[in-house]
Amino acid sequence: MSAALDARVGKPWKKPPFIASSALRWTMIIGSVIYLVLAIGSFDVNWARVYRGLDRGWQFFVAFTHPDFVSRAGEIKVGMIESVVMALASTVVGIAVSIPIGLGAARNISVLPIYLVCRAIVAISRALNEIVVAILLVAIFGFGPLAGFLTLSFATIGFLSKLLAEEIEDMDKVQAEAVRATGATWLQRYVFGILPQVIPRLIGLSIYRLDINFRESAVLGIVGAGGIGATLNTSFDRYEFDTAAAILLLIIGTVMVLEYLSGIIRARVQ
Amino acid sequence: MAISTNDGVKVWQRRDRNGQLKLWAMWLVGTAVFMWSWQQISSVTTWAFFWDAPRIAADIGGRAVPPRWSYMDQLWEPLWDTLNIATLGTVMALMMAVPVAFLAARNTTPSAMFIRPIALLIIVSSRSINSLIWALLLVKIIGPGIFAGLIAIAIRSIGFCAKLLYEAIEEIDEAQVEAITATGASRWQVMAYGIVPQVLPAFAGISVFRWDINLRESTVLGLVGAGGIGLQLQGSLNTLAWPQVSLILIIILLAVIVSEWVSAKVRGAII
Amino acid sequence: MLRLEKLTKVYKTGDKALSDVNLEVPKGQVLALIGPSGAGKSTMIRCINRLVEPTSGTVTLDGVEISKLGAGGLRRERRRMGMIFQEYALVERLSVMENVLSGRLGYVGFWRSFLRKFPQSDVDEAFRLLDRVGLVEMADKRADELSGGQRQRVGICRALIQDPSVLLVDEPTASLDPKTSRQIMRLIVELCEERDLAAIVNIHDVALAQMFVSRVVGLEKGTVVFDGAPEELTEDVLTRIYGQEDWSETIQKVEDDDEEDAAK
Repeated sequence: MSAALDARVGKPWKKPPFIASSALRWTMIIGSVIYLVLAIGSFDVNWARVYRGLDRGWQFFVAFTHPDFVSRAGEIKVGMIESVVMALASTVVGIAVSIPIGLGAARNISVLPIYLVCRAIVAISRALNEIVVAILLVAIFGFGPLAGFLTLSFATIGFLSKLLAEEIEDMDKVQAEAVRATGATWLQRYVFGILPQVIPRLIGLSIYRLDINFRESAVLGIVGAGGIGATLNTSFDRYEFDTAAAILLLIIGTVMVLEYLSGIIRARVQ
Repeated sequence: MAISTNDGVKVWQRRDRNGQLKLWAMWLVGTAVFMWSWQQISSVTTWAFFWDAPRIAADIGGRAVPPRWSYMDQLWEPLWDTLNIATLGTVMALMMAVPVAFLAARNTTPSAMFIRPIALLIIVSSRSINSLIWALLLVKIIGPGIFAGLIAIAIRSIGFCAKLLYEAIEEIDEAQVEAITATGASRWQVMAYGIVPQVLPAFAGISVFRWDINLRESTVLGLVGAGGIGLQLQGSLNTLAWPQVSLILIIILLAVIVSEWVSAKVRGAII
Repeated sequence: MLRLEKLTKVYKTGDKALSDVNLEVPKGQVLALIGPSGAGKSTMIRCINRLVEPTSGTVTLDGVEISKLGAGGLRRERRRMGMIFQEYALVERLSVMENVLSGRLGYVGFWRSFLRKFPQSDVDEAFRLLDRVGLVEMADKRADELSGGQRQRVGICRALIQDPSVLLVDEPTASLDPKTSRQIMRLIVELCEERDLAAIVNIHDVALAQMFVSRVVGLEKGTVVFDGAPEELTEDVLTRIYGQEDWSETIQKVEDDDEEDAAK
């Protein structure tokens, strides 16, 4: 029997704790408990109102068994087309703008001033919630899909540029060097040395972003930026749950189709 | 080096030979779709507003500066509510997402024929609908307030968390599960010893990731009456109180930056 | 005593992995199962503790017919069959001690195991086993911090703490270097002797098998084509199991190794 064994046999064994310092561990546990108590305590729930609402909730649930596509068919059609159009157009414009910004935001091929400007654009676009941007753009450009289109384009730029920039930063440098060695101009360098490497990934990301843009376009209508959201909002306001159910089913269906398509396309491209 | 250049060119030539027509057709269709989309948008746009936009933007910008700092006194409470909606909503969502994920993962579902499709349906319907729409709906059903916001965030997050989690469960190393099974462990013990330790890092990552997203989303839930700082934003917008709007936007921006920093820190500590 | 009778396994794809295998392993005997990959070695071991459900035939351990048991009974019998795996199959993110104690799961209720409150006797036994394989200082390390040989030792402890009457060993050395492979094989055989354990060691390295075991069973396309002492493994026999090759090298190597071992 070794000394190390002697030291341990007969003594209780405990799993070594995740956080080694017991002071820190207890501070974190007690801190979380206090936070939870305070947070739950600050919730002022009107249970009577919630209880009354259950009935309405059930009505809404039942509405899914007989969704009403017909009564407001015209409005639904206009809203859906607007949503799809916004998603498509903003994705295209977003990609077009993302490519130069993405190239500029990649540290390994960009010069510092351009890098900083592009990174700032990316950071602002990512930090601002789509809804907040939409509100501001509606205030500036007026109600309608133009504001929604601009919002989604702006969001797409932040999303794609960042990923594109990261992709370029990760990519094989040798290939870009090789093109430089042939004495190519900087434009040729981008077109032949860098883009071919990132295009498959870019296509995959764009399809994914189209999917996101459609989902987002469904809510922008709530703040007046066009799309199916406005129709949905109206149907809720009128308590027309059958119509609302129909719209939600359409959204879910479209999202599923887009997700399926994007899965296929991404698998084929990569 | 020259070879790799050659290689690059070769790849492109091959694709051009076979797919040239297809490629052009795709470009043509794509352009046509885009032009049509653009026409749709432009046909319902009042272009006079558009050309007027720089002036309006400058006007709003002028009025929004400087932000009304004293309004901050009234923002602490909604900010606290926003944080609670995001945090408790994430906790609630995780509690429901864990069982759903185990029912949806191919290797842990009790029945691939019946239960798995139901779990997947829950995931899809929760994911497809934005939390703002859930909030809109819940405000109509259970009345305005932070409770509706909390439930909206929770429902929206279930699908997201459950999807990422069930993918993590499907990727575990089955040999470890087999080894625990071979000791004569019960179904639940196999879960606790063979599966949970393997998905725990993914679970922690997903939680923090979703919390970060939820904090962003809960800042705007107030727009439809579901509590949080969005309520003040809506009120300020309605009264055209631009200095207040700009202050709120600054606060939201700060909250987002802080949450991103926290989540990056926590993820770094776990993984 | 472990007995397999007419054990047959046909996979859903129609592949017949085992056909009519009959085998008896008496108490305390260490048996090497050799054969080319795809011969059904791994399937056979897994059919014994029903990680793979056999299509027909019976498995009997000390008079209990394992192939007939329900879920609860099967779990109880699995406790008596320790298993050691090719890639160690330790739960990487748990500590060494938790991995060893997981061998006791079949004896402990869910909540006790969930809260890691194992009986003191189990804890002591785990430390003794870790000491036996020279890893007691590693007890609180995470399993993925260990080297391959150390992990396999932990795997052995996990199997032995079950207090089994038979060990099922699936390619224990496949991912180890030659020296460690030998140490691990020696350790397994020694422990089996100490505890009078029967073992089926599924192994593709014929030389290594010959070095340590008293009985070799050759499996080819799901049927037993050889059953005898290691010395009886002639070129003809190996050709029957693995197909036409020059085997003199392999057999020569075994002899060399033995001498080398004796010299130590």
